[in-house]
Amino acid sequence: MPNVAAGASGQRATSAQIWRRRAIDLASVLVPTVLFALARTVDSNLLLLVSIMVYVVLAQGVNVIYGFTGYLPFGYVGFFGAGAYGAYVAVAHLGANAVEATALGGVAAVLVGVVLIPLLRLRGAYFAIASLAAALALSSIVSNPAVTSVTNGPYGADLTRVFSSGGSYWTAVVIVALAMVSVVALRRSRLGLLLRAVRADQVSASCAGVNVVAARTGAWLLSALLAGLAGAVYAWSISVFYPTAVFDTTISLFAIVFALFGGVGTVLGPVVGAVVLYYVYNAIGVNDPQYFQLIFGVVIVIIALFLPGGLAALALGARRRLGARRGLGGAQPVGGSDVR
Amino acid sequence: MVLYALISGILIGLFYGFAALGLSLAFGVLRVVNIAHGDVIVLGSYLAYELSTQAHLNPLIAIPVAIPVAVVIGLAFYRLIAPSLGRSKDPEMLSLILFFGVSQVIEALATIGFTVNQDTLLTGPVGNGSVQILGQTFPNYEPVAAAVAVPGALLVMLYLYRSRLGLATRALMSSRADALLAGIDVGRTSALSFGIALALAASAGVLSIYVNGGVNPSQGADLTTTAFAVVVIGGLGNPGGALAGGLVFGLAEQFAQSYEPNWAGLVPYALLLAVMLAKPEGLFGRRARYA
Repeated sequence: MPNVAAGASGQRATSAQIWRRRAIDLASVLVPTVLFALARTVDSNLLLLVSIMVYVVLAQGVNVIYGFTGYLPFGYVGFFGAGAYGAYVAVAHLGANAVEATALGGVAAVLVGVVLIPLLRLRGAYFAIASLAAALALSSIVSNPAVTSVTNGPYGADLTRVFSSGGSYWTAVVIVALAMVSVVALRRSRLGLLLRAVRADQVSASCAGVNVVAARTGAWLLSALLAGLAGAVYAWSISVFYPTAVFDTTISLFAIVFALFGGVGTVLGPVVGAVVLYYVYNAIGVNDPQYFQLIFGVVIVIIALFLPGGLAALALGARRRLGARRGLGGAQPVGGSDVR
Repeated sequence: MVLYALISGILIGLFYGFAALGLSLAFGVLRVVNIAHGDVIVLGSYLAYELSTQAHLNPLIAIPVAIPVAVVIGLAFYRLIAPSLGRSKDPEMLSLILFFGVSQVIEALATIGFTVNQDTLLTGPVGNGSVQILGQTFPNYEPVAAAVAVPGALLVMLYLYRSRLGLATRALMSSRADALLAGIDVGRTSALSFGIALALAASAGVLSIYVNGGVNPSQGADLTTTAFAVVVIGGLGNPGGALAGGLVFGLAEQFAQSYEPNWAGLVPYALLLAVMLAKPEGLFGRRARYA
């Protein structure tokens, strides 16, 4: 986007550019939300649609933490499971209705995120593996027979009392909107700016007065909230589930790959990545998961070696090349040619 | 029960240490996080399984078969990825994502080739029978695993501390730039270390099919987590540390299983988190000690 490039280079944007940016932001929130709201008229498989929306939210959550801070959470599923079980505990023990339970699921995940704040002291692979260990530990606690009175242990959670396929569907649409708003707001907000500064150079950012720890913690808790809400609404829509299902590390895997495939650090990339790959999964992955996993693995290797920006980088590169050919292109005439 | 847990913890701990050696070497030398380490272990297990069931050989023969194959694959693969790693701003993160993909590919291929079912080797010279140690009865494979792990680790130490290539490897561990300046062929040394790391993983796989009660394609992720825990506990890039980390891990696991079986599953993760947060350089790694 040329106008963003102009803004980032420190020149004052004209009011036309500001309005255009606002229109783009609004569209990036509204288009996916409206499309998902209308999707039920095209596809009557509501559980499939809810699953896609859940993965859109999870991919955006990974986007928030990985795209903005560089922390890759292999254990992201921990928040998802915390959300699902938070919703179960809210319904079974607090007598909450389904919408309240979904919100409380998000709160439960944020609480887990607060407990895990010390993990942010670790970096790179250490953080990735430690977050995985934390998620597995949480799963092992929740499914322990000793806590049967709270979570029903390994015997599974039952939410059939509040089941409502329409209700969970519309709640999922609202959560997708929330996720989109979060990412757009994060990109435009002061916090987003701070996080980008930290990512670019942690020491310089901290010297310039950025509270590195606070900024990271903000992104961490926001991404925990998104995963918790996704987990809760997923629990509501399937209504009967076991710890192994909501703490399945495949969920982290999917969320990370969807986000990387679409392009982390962008607003729409993770949405496109999640929708495209989940449909592929639904077409071949349910019956032949190993072939899907093979495609998945190859996609990750290709992204890592050749396409670190995901689909979004591909689209942006194509646009720049097109723009350069037409002779338009405020998009860095030099930078445009070595995007490849 | 104390004696049983103690001996079993030591024997299995030595195996864990051996299983983590390759990960430690790859991380220490190349700064490459091989998330596919556990999946290479799984491939080693399948090699032992096939040799035993198809060719009716002693499964331990899989170790000398696996080593040259793994070294060659490792050399070739490292040459393939080195340019991308060299170009990257953050090679550690890139390797994390790259090997994450590789681990998915290996798991998928293993599933296509061997189905998702658990395969076990209960017959044959290692699988059945038991031995008496100090009045306690242990399954045969525990001392066998330890008897392979200890010389294996000693060989790696011999290589690192008594050979010229090992000297180059240790130089690379302490500083890549200095090693380059000293005229060390960094590319070749790195590729060889990666090959050795894969060979160690595959050899550990031959034992893993017994210690873990069989093999299935989805074991890889757990094995990687375990190996990573051992490496973190022991400190990076130091074979002695890996064995010591394995002992701590094995003992903790065996004692937990003897006294608190319900919560035993939590022990590896809790141990990993505790060490990472309290002493990230590992219990046995001095910060300055790279060699």
